[in-house]
Amino acid sequence: MSTDTIRRTTGGFAARLTSVRQSRTGVLAGFAAAAVLLLVAAPALLPVFSLGLLGKFLCFAIVAVGIGLAWGRGGMLTLGQGVFFGLGAYIMAMHMKLADAALFGGSGVPDFMALYGTGTVPGWWEPFRSPVVTVLAVVLVPGVVALILGLAIFKRRVKGAYFAILSQALAAAFAVLLIGQQATTGGSNGLSGFRSFFGFDLADPANKRMLYLLTAVVLLAVVAAARQLMHSRFGELLVAVRDQEERVRFLGYDPATVKTVVYVLAAVMAGVAGALFVPLVGIISPADVGVTPSIAFLIGVAIGGRSTVLGPVLGALGVAIAQTSLASSFPSFWVYFQGLLFVLVIGFLPGGLASLPAVLGRLRRKRNDDGGAARASAPATSAAPVPPAVPRAHPIHAAASPLAAVPAAAKEHRP
Amino acid sequence: MKVQSIKGAFIPVAVTALAAVLTGCGSQISDPAAAGQPSGGTESCVDTSGDSIKVGFLNSLSGTMAISETTVFDSLSLAAEEINADGGVLGKQLEVISEDGASEPTKFAERAGKLIQQDCTAAVFGGWTSSSRKAMLPVFESNDALLFYPVQYEGLESSENIFYTGATTNQQIIPALDYLAEQGTKTIFLVGSDYVFPRTANKIINAYAEAHGMEIVGEEYTPLGSTEFSTIVNKVRDSGADAVFNTLNGDSNVAFFRQYTSVGLTPDTMPVVSVSIAEEEVPGIGLENIEGQLTAWDYYQTLDTPANTAFVSAFKDKYGADRVTSDPMEAAYTSLYLWKEMVEKAGSFDVDKVQEAADGVSFEAPEGTVTVNGDNNHITKTPRIGKITSDGLIETVWEAPEAVEPDPYLENYDWASGLS
Amino acid sequence: MELLIGQMFAGLSLGSVLLLAALGLSLTFGQMGVINMAHGEFIMAGAYTAFVVQQALGSAGVSLLLSLPAAFLVGGTMGLILEELLLKRMYHRPLDTLLVTFGVSLILQQMARDIFGAPSVDVRVPAWLQGNVELLGAPIPLTRLFILALALTCLAALALLLKATPLGRRIRAVVVNRDLAESSGISSRRTDQLTFFVGSGLAGIAGVAVTLIGSTSPYLGPNYIVDAFLVVVAGGIGQIKGAAIAAFALGVLQSVFEFSTTASIGKVLILAAIVIFLQVRPQGIFTLKTRSLA
Repeated sequence: MSTDTIRRTTGGFAARLTSVRQSRTGVLAGFAAAAVLLLVAAPALLPVFSLGLLGKFLCFAIVAVGIGLAWGRGGMLTLGQGVFFGLGAYIMAMHMKLADAALFGGSGVPDFMALYGTGTVPGWWEPFRSPVVTVLAVVLVPGVVALILGLAIFKRRVKGAYFAILSQALAAAFAVLLIGQQATTGGSNGLSGFRSFFGFDLADPANKRMLYLLTAVVLLAVVAAARQLMHSRFGELLVAVRDQEERVRFLGYDPATVKTVVYVLAAVMAGVAGALFVPLVGIISPADVGVTPSIAFLIGVAIGGRSTVLGPVLGALGVAIAQTSLASSFPSFWVYFQGLLFVLVIGFLPGGLASLPAVLGRLRRKRNDDGGAARASAPATSAAPVPPAVPRAHPIHAAASPLAAVPAAAKEHRP
Repeated sequence: MKVQSIKGAFIPVAVTALAAVLTGCGSQISDPAAAGQPSGGTESCVDTSGDSIKVGFLNSLSGTMAISETTVFDSLSLAAEEINADGGVLGKQLEVISEDGASEPTKFAERAGKLIQQDCTAAVFGGWTSSSRKAMLPVFESNDALLFYPVQYEGLESSENIFYTGATTNQQIIPALDYLAEQGTKTIFLVGSDYVFPRTANKIINAYAEAHGMEIVGEEYTPLGSTEFSTIVNKVRDSGADAVFNTLNGDSNVAFFRQYTSVGLTPDTMPVVSVSIAEEEVPGIGLENIEGQLTAWDYYQTLDTPANTAFVSAFKDKYGADRVTSDPMEAAYTSLYLWKEMVEKAGSFDVDKVQEAADGVSFEAPEGTVTVNGDNNHITKTPRIGKITSDGLIETVWEAPEAVEPDPYLENYDWASGLS
Repeated sequence: MELLIGQMFAGLSLGSVLLLAALGLSLTFGQMGVINMAHGEFIMAGAYTAFVVQQALGSAGVSLLLSLPAAFLVGGTMGLILEELLLKRMYHRPLDTLLVTFGVSLILQQMARDIFGAPSVDVRVPAWLQGNVELLGAPIPLTRLFILALALTCLAALALLLKATPLGRRIRAVVVNRDLAESSGISSRRTDQLTFFVGSGLAGIAGVAVTLIGSTSPYLGPNYIVDAFLVVVAGGIGQIKGAAIAAFALGVLQSVFEFSTTASIGKVLILAAIVIFLQVRPQGIFTLKTRSLA
């Protein structure tokens, strides 16, 4: 162990302790402030159109929380969140289509099926006539799909790049499949033209506001749940699996189970976000679920700070807002900008903006080190927290987790 | 402990939030007929007081569709410039607000909402893919706004809020089939990209073939953007069809024609009729691969009308002599003028009045005189079959004797009764 | 019979395109662990190189032969720049290389659009590659034969490079154990650079090949990248022969699926087949024996 890593480790540990102590009041206040901002200020200040946009961004933020858990905390680079987002979205869209058809059409057959299909509702659509089944399915279908995939993939110890590429291929296949089944999925057109949401008129601005509030509440709940999970024993185990999967296995835990649980959670979050996206935006199409949108989900997470609670949320919101305001005025500039964001953030600031204070602090310390070596020998005084921002950067990071305190012997087993 | 404190914070927040949500509820649908109607509380915010009027252009300036849609944007801009130079619409200069659809249906819906609600444009021009139009349709209907859509499409649609200035199926697909039948074609192979236009077009072709004693010997779809056609070309060649009806989109055409030629198929042995290849696609495919093949449109750059001569030279003056003009570009150019005519006939920018005035409005377009059909908001067009010439342009080899009335639901064709 | 032969060749031919696209990746991803999403854009760069060379020379025949080495240099140089500027600091973070290079691929696509325009450009097929030869009645396009031959040549050259040259020995040594290789006096920096140069150069060659059958446009890369990665994953990391077998197997399978179903369903079936295959052999067809626990 170099002195550098010792300092980082102990410094990180000390920082963790202080951050835990600080957390109670700080987090409470922050959470309350965010709730007020989202639930009171935004609806009061923004016109309906902008509120709808913000609602859409909040959906992306919900997906981002899940990715933060799976990728930032669990080390699973999932390039296929579009699949789960799409599952939730299409389930909701199918229900809304059927409900609209029953309300307005008389025949009970969605308009596009009459145009492009056989004019009858296929059997697998039928369950989604029921609002209860739909709400359950929005949560369960992505969850179960992720469970099966997760067990299949993680139990076989497929990980790292293999997992990333497989999940990407999955997103590609899902989009192709949706496009190919035009008579039952709307094909590349997707599903659109909704008029009611569980009986509420979607054209009414009051209902649009309600939808926004619902999304905001879900986001707050998801963030709270994610924080709770991260600070639980399970959360520590998850980080341990990310940093030293083998060691966790030696301890008698099954990393596959840990990973699968988090993968399922992330999938459910994406599914719920998709289900909220549909009534807010009014359309879901294969272009929203394929390879590119699945990767686009990641950039906000990376910018905000993938392994933090709030980083993914703020990052996703920031990118979405920037895109909306910049992309239309400068389409080609935006592509360069987006590309550069990936390059600069992932390449040079892998902990995201959340790690900026720590990185700057380290730089400053380094300068101080160069100036007066004597002072620098007291690592505990470095107040800047060093979160485990860089997964796998140093295997020794596992030592920062409480788990490492138990298996001191495990270090000797390092391959 | 910290876990509890979070919970403690969360529950009251959640309760207040839920309360906020519930009190925020708006109208539930009790009368289905009234719901979803424009009366839903969105009043038009179009500002007609100044000496300019805002219009929106919504095209994909980025993403895969940008190749095609930027050309439409160019010709729309040309039309706006000409109209402004000519004194504007009702004496008001056009102030163009341009948005990027980014080749994503969702973006089109979102940007359409912005152009209507935030920018308060009097009308919006643009869209290309069927999915972009389907995505925008509910936005325009629920806001009672106007969209002018300039591309040939699969028909089976007519909205009060959309004016379709491209061809519907009976102005493009059916004339092409008539032409093939006239040439003695008995067997046809269908090749298309996997999305709504080719699938709907091919449904119509199948019905037509059945009624006219033709045989469809194959029907194949490839994912959008696909570049691998070995298998399909093998199937086509093996079928021995008299002709191929091609509804492929974009770059797939390049790969298809290259691979089609490389197994020895030529316009003489097996002609291909394409409905998505226009003048600007020809260079990318390579003239040696496509010279002599057929296309079906309502406009070609080579048309000899005074309006077209003026249009082509104005376009080349503005964008360069190497640029070409195509059917969707002409339809977009025409759409802006048609809106101008409608507004001037109505004497108002008001959507309801424009809709009322629309029927019968006509314009001397580069493709010939076009007239708006107020029943279905489409326009009359003259179908033309073209052949790709050695200089990369398309010359008319067949032309309908007169402009064809739009019939998006094919109501006047007995054989098509089972289609919709 | 005619159709059967045509189809068999279609499978081989698709396999050869996949192999060309994947060979370079099997070096950069397989040997170095870098998930280079910009590999597709290196292919695109190769395609545009063919276009530029043809514009400059005029003659399609000569320019095709000249553009092969030119595209190798262009692709290789771009790879080298990418490696030097970004990737060298990221070898311990393989997953992050995926996202960084995705960003690079966005930038390269937009650059190609700004330089060459959005519509696809025409790279003419030389006269001696137009047309086809008959094999038992089935027409075998000459362009396809050329690509097949090119793919096999590249495969042989790469195998030779890895097995029989000092550079190859160094590459293999670094793959098996980087630390040990370094302590034995191998400069791993230099080896990394050269590996990346060769791998990216192969993408350039693949780009020249695809101009013969498809379109040359800024969005050419994404068509090939996912498939190319699947080939490398299915073949087994660090295994050139695995990649070769996987490419041809996937090509033939896809042709069969596509022939018996539709192109869309065929695509889905292929992906399903790979997922199932990885269930049986999570490390691909061939496994490199290392001392890692995974």
